[in-house]
Formats: sequence, C-alpha cells, structure tokens
Amino acid sequence: MDRAARDRLKWKCRRGLLELDLVLERYLRQYPEDAELAELLDLPDNDLWDIVSGRSDRFDGNLRDIVTRLRAN
Amino acid sequence: MSELAVRRFDAVVVGAGGSGMRAALELARANLKVAVLTKVFPTRSHTVAAQGGIAAPLANSTEDNWHWHMYDTVKGSDYLGDQDAIEYMCRRANEVVIELEHMGMPFDRLENGKIYQRPFGGHTQDYGSAKMAMRACAVADRTGHAMLHTLYQQNVRANTQFFVEWMALDLIRDSQDGAVIGVAALEMETGEVSIFQGKATLFATGGAGRIYAASTNAFINTGDGLGMAARAGLPLQDMEFWQFHPTGVYGAGVLITEGVRGEGGYLLNKDGERFMERYAPNAKDLASRDVVSRAMTTEIKEGRGCGPEADHVLLKLDHLGPEVINHRLPGIREIAIKFANTDPIRESIPVVPTVHYQMGGVPANYLGQVVAPEGASQEAIVPGLYAAGECSCVSVHGANRLGTNSLLDLLVFGKSSGEQMAKDIRTLPRPHRNLPKDAGEPSRARLARLDAAGGGERVADVAIELRRTMQAHCGVFRFPEDLAAGVEKMKQVAARAGRVAIEDKSKMFNTARVEALELDNLVETALATIVSAEARKESRGAQARADFPDRDDKNWMRHTLWYKDGGRLAYKPVHLKPMTVASFEPKVRTY
Repeated sequence: MDRAARDRLKWKCRRGLLELDLVLERYLRQYPEDAELAELLDLPDNDLWDIVSGRSDRFDGNLRDIVTRLRAN
Repeated sequence: MSELAVRRFDAVVVGAGGSGMRAALELARANLKVAVLTKVFPTRSHTVAAQGGIAAPLANSTEDNWHWHMYDTVKGSDYLGDQDAIEYMCRRANEVVIELEHMGMPFDRLENGKIYQRPFGGHTQDYGSAKMAMRACAVADRTGHAMLHTLYQQNVRANTQFFVEWMALDLIRDSQDGAVIGVAALEMETGEVSIFQGKATLFATGGAGRIYAASTNAFINTGDGLGMAARAGLPLQDMEFWQFHPTGVYGAGVLITEGVRGEGGYLLNKDGERFMERYAPNAKDLASRDVVSRAMTTEIKEGRGCGPEADHVLLKLDHLGPEVINHRLPGIREIAIKFANTDPIRESIPVVPTVHYQMGGVPANYLGQVVAPEGASQEAIVPGLYAAGECSCVSVHGANRLGTNSLLDLLVFGKSSGEQMAKDIRTLPRPHRNLPKDAGEPSRARLARLDAAGGGERVADVAIELRRTMQAHCGVFRFPEDLAAGVEKMKQVAARAGRVAIEDKSKMFNTARVEALELDNLVETALATIVSAEARKESRGAQARADFPDRDDKNWMRHTLWYKDGGRLAYKPVHLKPMTVASFEPKVRTY
C-alpha cells in the first residue's frame, strides 16, 4: 500500500462517533495497511460501533477475522 | 502562478451535518444550484452522535406549548440567550419536526400513532413547575443518525451536489463592500485548491470540541468555520461558554450516560468518599451537569483526585450487580472495558468532566444571516454569509444549552437560513460577481508556507499542547491566575502553530497537510475561548469563576465578541425583547 492509499484509509476512519475514531486510530497504529478494513468502514457509524463493541454480529462472514482483530484491539 | 479552478453555484454550503443538509434541502427544493462541501461522508457527520432527541412542544403526551418551551430555554441559557431568536425557534419547532416525519424519519410512536415524546432535563410544564414536559421526539437512542440519513436521502433526491472529502480553507470576500462570494477549498484526493463561488455561502461546520484534551467530540470537530470567519476579520461570539458533561471516560472522552447515575451509580474521590453528598445534599450525584462537573473539578483541584496524577475521580457502579449493568445500562460495560480498561462489574470507572457542546460561534440572527458591528450598527448584516448549527451563535443557547434543543436548532435555523439564502439569491443579478484578483490567495499562501517549511514544529505536538493548555487553564471551573497564565500560554501555542512543518509534502491525499490546516482553526477557537473567558468577570451558565461566583446582570448581561486582530474584544447587548410576547425577566436560576 502506498502512502496515499494509507492516508485514504486513515481518513475513512474519521467518523461521527468518537468511540470509532479512538478504536480505529488504535487499530491503524497496529495495522496501518489493512485493506479489508475499508469494507467495514462503509457501514453507518452506529452499526459499525455495535459490531466493534460486540453487541451485533450483523456483518459479512468473510470479515470475521478483521472483526475479531478489531474487537481484541 | 496558475489560475485556480472556479466552480459556480447559487449557494455554497460548508458542512453536511444536520443544519447544513437541512439548509441545502431548502435551497435545492427551490430549484437553486447547491454545492455542499464536507470533509467526511455526510452521514458520518458528528450529528450522528446525538442520542437524546429533538425538542418540540407537540403536546402528544402531556400538555405543552411553545411559550413554556421558550421560558425553559431562556432560563436554561441563564438569560444570555436572545429572546427573539428563542421565540422564533420554539414557534417553529412543531413545524420542522412534522416535516421531518413526513420525509420519513422513523420516530418512536405512541399507540395512537402520534410521535412518542419523553421528558428531558430542564424541560418543564407551566414555566418551570415541578411537572416535567414530555417534549423530546426520538428514534430510540439514534436520533441524530436517523436525522442524517433522512436528510441525506432527501438531498440526493433534490439534486444537491455533494463534494465529499473537500475541506473549505478560507472565505472569499469582495473588498469593495465586504460581501462574501464563496470559499477556497482543498480537494483531498488531488491536493488542489479550487474556488467555490456562490451568491450565498453558509457555514454549517459544527463545533470545535477538539480544543480540549477531554472532549466527547469526534476528531472532525476542529472549528473550521470559526477559523475561516476569524481569519476573514469577523468576530466570534460568546466563545467562553462550553458545556461540560460530568462523566467522560478519563483519557478517552467517551461519554458515560447520565443514566448510570440514575440507576444508582455514584462518584468517589481518592479517599473513597462519596463527595457529592457535601456539594448537593439532596440531589447528590444526580444534581445538574454543571453542579456535578464543578464539584468534581474542586475535588481534583484540592488534591483529592485519583490515580498517579490525581487528575480524575471514580464512577462506582459495581454495587449495582451484573444484572443491572448488563440489562439496564446497555453498552456501558463495553465502553468501560474498551476505553478505560476497566470492567465496571468489578471496578470503578475513571471519569473527568468532559467538554461536550459549544454555545458560542459565528454571530448570526434567526434568519441565519451573519452579523457583525459596523459603523453605528452592532449587528450589520455581512452580505452573502450565513451560519447555522453548532458553529453559529444565534444565540438561542446563551450561556448554557438544554438537552434536545441542539437538534432543534439544526432543523429550525438550517431551514430559516435556506429560506433566507433563497430569497436573497433571487434579488441578486443573474451573473455572478467578478472575483477579486487575489481570490484564493490566502489559502494558497497557507499551503505554500507548509510546502516550503524545511523544518519546524510537529502538528501533533502543538495540538497536544493546545488541548492541555485549554484543559488546565480554561476548564469547567475557572480560576483567575490559571486564566491569565493560560492566555499567555495560548499565545505561545499560536506562535508555535505558525511554525509547523510537515515531512511529506505530497499533494495527493495527504492527511498530514489536512491536519496542519485544521490546527489553524483550533488555534483561533482556543484563543477566542480563553481570552473571552478571562475577560468575563462573572459566573453565568457554563462559565464558573472562582473569583466571581455570581451572575452579574448589571455589568455582564451582554454578548462577547472576539476578533483575531490583536485578540480584541467588544460587547453587544442581549436581545431581551422577544418577537411578540413579553420578556422573561432575569431571575436566579435554580432547579
């Protein structure tokens, strides 16, 4: 991933909910080039936060690994 | 030097939260050509974080009317709110909520099909009686989310043009008459600056809660509209007034709802003392937000804070048991574990008073027109410029905002700005004005400085210092010596911000560049806040001074205006006369 692509991903992590800003900032520090993340970032903020905080399992099955990493982060 | 690209619209709206999208909808439905510029995708605006609801005296569950709502809002503002604007907002509340319902907003409902309404702090029946008004219209705990989605869909249908991942940088004014004729904006993807020319320009850029270290605000809330207004020579009004929420998670800012204390949670200092019993013997931990925040700050200031830095207190709820925590307080355990590394079933959560909402902003009237002193007039209209939502100061919230009045503010003043812009656009000649020769030059110069700087301060370091300074010197409870030292420190921070450099100068999607530009806006907002707070020698609403503990209507019933130029202050009177009814005379504010 080149610098611009990393920055594009980083900017998609700028959210309306502070909870997500914080979790995603922490996640990007550990995995700055996780292209899979982009797919999750298209979700509305509240739905994404429910998934990250473990209150919802409504996500595509092939994203299980990244959700597990996000939840553990 | 190459010419900047120019895009021409009837109206340019900066910001795609609740007020920006409500205004854009009004304009697009009037068949005007509208551009909306936004740093992030519209439904990711910070409006999404609003949970509580929208205040409107629909009287679906209890008797209610706009005059009671007006009384509550005037009193809540600690009599600093403009009573004409407050009357205007309360009288249009039902209309804007019903309109939103017709647009498809999925409000919670009563069995009879009408919109369900719940009580909310400060909203009463019969001019402050003990009976609460049921006035808040909500969509579960996702009112802001539902509102953004509803407004976005309507805008797409009405052909509003969205420019996503564009950051507005500076206002463009015609030096002949000061009229605003658009903005210069950065397209993040390419890194290029373009001019968005409009016959009317609206700021709907939200608040700037990121000037504090402890903030419930999302990272995008950097006060871009405030920075642009200040750099264009316009004043910022009543910036000393910031609402704090007592229980933000220490070190993270994430909000722990008041419901936790409602269920029996309480606060402890380092000695394990339930200190609220000393400050509010009756209401204790359920006293109003400002009372609890001040008590917490006093405990910390007097050395009874917790942790190695003695800089927070603890919110205890483990005695409630897992059953109550898991079922009656959904989401709280997850937040505590994720952000405080604390499981509230076993341990207390570290919390601090956390900045939540900005009452001040760009001075505007209830039609959204930006106003500033000029000649004999205290409130001359700035032609072509409008402001709505948290970035504006209309002023309906005065020194303190009531819960659920913020979403109402977005809808009413988003709509009234859109209406006024449409009206004004139709009175202007068909062709756009000629752009001044130097249009966009200040923005280009800011970028050129960043591109040329070989070395200097790091953006992140300066931003951290700014937030620390504001937190330590201009927090919830304000001490004279802290304020005076804080003003000097902030001037140094501002000087450092003028020397920032970024390592990577690439243009294409460079977030370091964007963050450097955001820092300029944080600096203006922080300076306006601390200078205004230091100068106001009274306590009113959200401004609580140790040396002037009382409200002083004789000397301070007036709005502050801060100018970037020399950090100058001016004052103007509060509008005590409503539009059609008698004034509510100032009284001591007790609940």
